[in-house]
Amino acid sequence: MFDNIFGIHEQALLVHGERLGVLTNNLANADTPGYKARDIDFREALQGAGAGAEGAEPLALTTTSPSHLTAMASDATASLKYRNPYQASLDGNTVEMPVEQAAFAENNVRYQASLTFINNRIADLQYVLSGQ
Amino acid sequence: MSLFSVFDIAGSALNAETIRLNTTASNLANSESVDGDPTKVYRARHPVFQTLLDTSSADLDSESAGAGVSVRGIVESTTPPTKRLDPNNPLADKDGYVYLSNVNSIEEMTNMISANRSFATDVDAINTARDLLLKTISMGH
Repeated sequence: MFDNIFGIHEQALLVHGERLGVLTNNLANADTPGYKARDIDFREALQGAGAGAEGAEPLALTTTSPSHLTAMASDATASLKYRNPYQASLDGNTVEMPVEQAAFAENNVRYQASLTFINNRIADLQYVLSGQ
Repeated sequence: MSLFSVFDIAGSALNAETIRLNTTASNLANSESVDGDPTKVYRARHPVFQTLLDTSSADLDSESAGAGVSVRGIVESTTPPTKRLDPNNPLADKDGYVYLSNVNSIEEMTNMISANRSFATDVDAINTARDLLLKTISMGH
């Protein structure tokens, strides 16, 4: 019963963490000639993290015994894609600061949202366990 | 790659932007430098940035995520220095000419603004990662 206690948010937190690193790399290379901005395809990465709650887990390990543990390794870098720039600069750099900053802020909010859901779940369980 | 990698990536960017600010300061300080020899006069210097790749990653193909930015080298501007007649200058050559450094002050000022913005963005990224990590650590409290 406790395997799926946090639902999708456990994996979502991992993928958002990975995405934060990728977006920071874009921001860091905003002035590097020839650098191509990248981003994680969130839907694909989440499926890759084995998060399909309905049993659709394309990359999950096959378990032959109920006592086997499911794999938790996140392979979000496999779903790294290059961003299509609105207007590429002459030096071949495709980082567009407003786009990256917007994606960074959005990722930040989504990470905190997942964290809030997990915290609420923990608070619920503690409330139930305390039996008051 | 985890949240902690943000500190390494943004840290390398802070370092690179600091070098860029340093060259800008050097260029602005020497914008009025003169010399009697056109090959010896100060020339504007600019850093060239290069993406660092994550060497700790198992797959070293192009698909693996980068790990920040480094300064590959510093190049000197090839714009020819301006020649000015100034016979009273002790540095003037035998014909009374001095050569001015080829620093373009406006270019340097815009470069400084760009470096400043990038630096602020990187500090912002570090602060965001720190906040998220602290919130993650205090999960369930």
